Amino acid sequence: MMESYCFMSLDPATVRRIARLARIGIDESDVPALQGELNGILGWVEQLNEVDVEGVTPMVGTGHAALRTRPDVVTDGNCREAVLSNAPDAVGPFYTVPKVVE
Amino acid sequence: MSLTELTIADAAAGLRARKFSAAELVGAHNAAIAALNPRLNAYITTTSDAALQAAAVADEALGKGEAKPLTGIPLGIKDLFCTKGVRTTAASNILKNFVPPYESTVTANLLRDGAVFVGKTNLDEFAMGSANITSAFGPVENPWKRRGDDAALVPGGSSGGSAAAVAAGLAMGATGTDTGGSIRQPAAYCGIVGLKPTYGRCSRFGTIAYASSLDQAGPMARTVRDCAILLQSMAGFDARDSTSVNCDVPDYSVAIGRSLKGLKVGIPAEYRAEGLSAEIEAAWQQGINWLKDAGCEIVDVSLPHTKYGLATYYIVAPAECSSNLARYDGLRFGERVPGDTLDAMYEATRRAGFGPEVRRRIMMGTYVLSAGYYDAYYLKAQKVRSLIRRDFTESFQQVDVLLTPTAPTPAFAQGEQSDDPVQMYLNDIFTVPASMAGMPAMSVPVGLGTTGLPLGLQLIGRPFDEETLLAAGSALEAAAGFTHRPALRAEVVK
Amino acid sequence: MSYTLEGRTGTWEIVVGLEVHAQVISHSKLFSGASASYGGEPNTHVSLVDAGFPGMLPVLNQECVAQAIRTGLGLRARINLESRFDRKNYFYADLPTGYQISQFTHPIVGEGTVEIELADGTVRHIGITRLHMEQDAGKSMHDQDPARSFIDLNRAGVALMEIVSEPDIRSPEEAGAYLRKLRQILRYLGTCDGNMEEGSMRADVNVSVRKAGEPFRTRCEIKNVNSIRYVMHAIEVEATRQIEVWEEGGEVDQETRLFDPARNETRSLRSKEDAHDYRYFPDPDLLPLVVEQAWVDELERGLPELPDDKRDRFVRQYGIPRYDASVLVAEQAIADYYEEVAKGRDARLAANWVTGDLFGALNRTGRTITDSPISAQALGGMLDLVSDKTINGKIAKEVFEDMLETGDSAAAIVERKGLKQVTDTGAIDAAVADVLARNADKVEEYRGGKDRLFGFFVGQVMKAMAGKANPAMVNEALKKVL
Repeated sequence: MMESYCFMSLDPATVRRIARLARIGIDESDVPALQGELNGILGWVEQLNEVDVEGVTPMVGTGHAALRTRPDVVTDGNCREAVLSNAPDAVGPFYTVPKVVE
Repeated sequence: MSLTELTIADAAAGLRARKFSAAELVGAHNAAIAALNPRLNAYITTTSDAALQAAAVADEALGKGEAKPLTGIPLGIKDLFCTKGVRTTAASNILKNFVPPYESTVTANLLRDGAVFVGKTNLDEFAMGSANITSAFGPVENPWKRRGDDAALVPGGSSGGSAAAVAAGLAMGATGTDTGGSIRQPAAYCGIVGLKPTYGRCSRFGTIAYASSLDQAGPMARTVRDCAILLQSMAGFDARDSTSVNCDVPDYSVAIGRSLKGLKVGIPAEYRAEGLSAEIEAAWQQGINWLKDAGCEIVDVSLPHTKYGLATYYIVAPAECSSNLARYDGLRFGERVPGDTLDAMYEATRRAGFGPEVRRRIMMGTYVLSAGYYDAYYLKAQKVRSLIRRDFTESFQQVDVLLTPTAPTPAFAQGEQSDDPVQMYLNDIFTVPASMAGMPAMSVPVGLGTTGLPLGLQLIGRPFDEETLLAAGSALEAAAGFTHRPALRAEVVK
Repeated sequence: MSYTLEGRTGTWEIVVGLEVHAQVISHSKLFSGASASYGGEPNTHVSLVDAGFPGMLPVLNQECVAQAIRTGLGLRARINLESRFDRKNYFYADLPTGYQISQFTHPIVGEGTVEIELADGTVRHIGITRLHMEQDAGKSMHDQDPARSFIDLNRAGVALMEIVSEPDIRSPEEAGAYLRKLRQILRYLGTCDGNMEEGSMRADVNVSVRKAGEPFRTRCEIKNVNSIRYVMHAIEVEATRQIEVWEEGGEVDQETRLFDPARNETRSLRSKEDAHDYRYFPDPDLLPLVVEQAWVDELERGLPELPDDKRDRFVRQYGIPRYDASVLVAEQAIADYYEEVAKGRDARLAANWVTGDLFGALNRTGRTITDSPISAQALGGMLDLVSDKTINGKIAKEVFEDMLETGDSAAAIVERKGLKQVTDTGAIDAAVADVLARNADKVEEYRGGKDRLFGFFVGQVMKAMAGKANPAMVNEALKKVL
């Protein structure tokens, strides 16, 4: 049996939801163009529907190596100056963000 | 011969023989950059002063007979490699003032071997593009011109700045990165050699990530030998990259000019795809004949899943980039657009910081990973990817190397291709499959097409067998006798 | 008796599962070489990897893997020789890369079990669903500036083990017993210090209610509860709330809630919830983690004796009651202390002294077993004096108090205070004669049948001899004369 999926096309609400998930601000006027472009790409990748992947394991890594580990030794850190060197709004030893209300 | 026209191999010999100094060599390239970069826009950042200082150090070493393989050789560095103390932008507004406090492993290796960096080369924003037109620092112009036509052509992408700089003599060689063809395709468009090594051959540490499972650094230069020299320095195991493979780096120079007698060269039927221009098809046939003449056995092979490579790529790469680029949030580095709330700050920062293609890919990737779609898109794509790799693995039981075109057409003009992203993506149709499988591949210029633009052929090899690529590539290079130079180049402009 | 709650419509039982986040004891972080230790100036235990700088890559800490495997073995759980790291994508100020690396689909440890014992002696087995490794986040501080929150990444990237239980827990008491037991096991193994106050162990509590015999109803997750007591309170409060919702004809929504101990209520965090879609996928910077069975075996050989095994051995080896044994194995250090005291001595007597007087003294002085003012050797020395009848039990209490105060050895105190037990029959007989002579009336009454007075005579003799007489010999002497 071939796997087959119904590739859905994106509606405006989904475009807004994706933008929100990706934290990319969009205006309402951006939505139609984005919707068209994303649907164009999705329609095009739909060709993968033809491929029979029954029993195929997904690729993880390129198979040339196994995961290596490192010894538990402190070799890094204590570099606050570097850590904060590019921060747009550091205060003292901290990064800052607009106040988060929990 | 002008200093900007030398090969790395000849320049290294010349420096050792004291025919010219590193200061002269670097100075000539600085001058070429000053003269041509305003037009080509191949560099985002130039580092002329630092390069001259490094040249002075190089001359001292040369004087003491302590030259290393790349001592005094001026190189361009794709602005995706983090360079300590030197602005690194990824051609994005979001990093336009980012100064890394660290050096990437690849550039550190080149510096270790004496290389001199003359600047950071332009690219598609975060390496996402095939024409170098998505850079926040403006497009790069291809130094080549069509016969009788002054239209500005694209250099290919994403390593378009590196390709243009090397072609025009603004660097003797350059680093590139290749995710789906970003070294090979611009190399073909600019008439130079570009090599994407096996995934895991060069460390990714300190190179700004686009799609982690595909990104691979590699050399771009005017000759196959020069690529071998650069790869020798760039390659090697790095404990800081968990996907770096710990296997010995052979002496690549030995492969140059090696006999090809008995080498089996596969010609994949599926690359005779729709849209392949007649001139490229002719060049491909010419390449087949040259390899046959060199003693190779030509074998027809099939890579049935090749045609799904691109669609697979445009699921996997956006998915990974949507996650990799989440760190550009205006908090710890990069540009910030203020907002009243944390989310408002994120959204304003990322809207202003990323260009349209990057935003599009992030959104695409976010969608294909989102709840309910993961299996249909990402998981499916990774399964198809296994099949693509299996095709290669099986064909490499029959043959030693594959020969294909690098790109379906020669360079096109800026604005000539349609605004449809999918049409633009098709430029990578021949380069993407090797990327998906992690195989090494190289583009070699083999001639000029009907409009006088360079054409490239692609060699694809077994994992970690870059030597066969270099051997076959040097044979093609020798047979083609490709000595054509672009219209815009340092030598003619100054 | 099983725990139930009475509602208007009848009796409800509760169903609880716990997700415990336990900070792994290691020198460096899960994927970077920065220090994993507590404290430190803000943003100093931070590498560029932890801060998510462009091009920075994770490299796995082997010891964290070993700790996770040890913990899995301690939970009698299946070790998965192949596991994987996924990215959990979400934006937050204290999450530098925009994703947490976590073993979502393929954890390193599979099903296991934890045995708990309740106050009434009931033993229950709580299933473990899985244990996986993941990164901790940094810290946001909201009280330093009116308009901004400050971010410190010292904790970002420290290794956590998330230990997920089956929904097998049926009462607040069981939840408490489970957490105490889990903490005990982690501490024995040395894989987590179990310090809930410092946040090195925190629990997410999944609660639902149902009528007897029903399938599970919708559950709510109470996030980040940081004490065992609060977990127990939160369960009760949340279960009561859910019962009300159901009984009023409503529906319990599956949602994340927060426990507010001050107001003793849980509150919905739903507003934050709708944007969550974590987009898990395998981290392409890391390959699958493959461990060798031989290494797992080696780690298993290196495990300490676990509390249940130790308790059973104490019962067998020392002949002490199961309850006492449970108390003595609560902490490795207590068990070690006890075994030192019991070695070559009357093990029951040792157990009584450790669980009784010693624990009482530690409580009074606010000390723990590791900084006990009386060492195991010193307590043992005192028990030796009791056993060889140098002192009797009563004097022993006095000596113990003196040891506590002065730190002197029991022998020195006995010597200094002249507390050596009198076993000289002459002296005892003389004291007996004296007491009887001074209480002739009572002697009459005793002989008239008032047997209870015997104790009075013993007391008087002991008093006359300043408590130092051997009580058995006093009894005997009195019986003889009377």
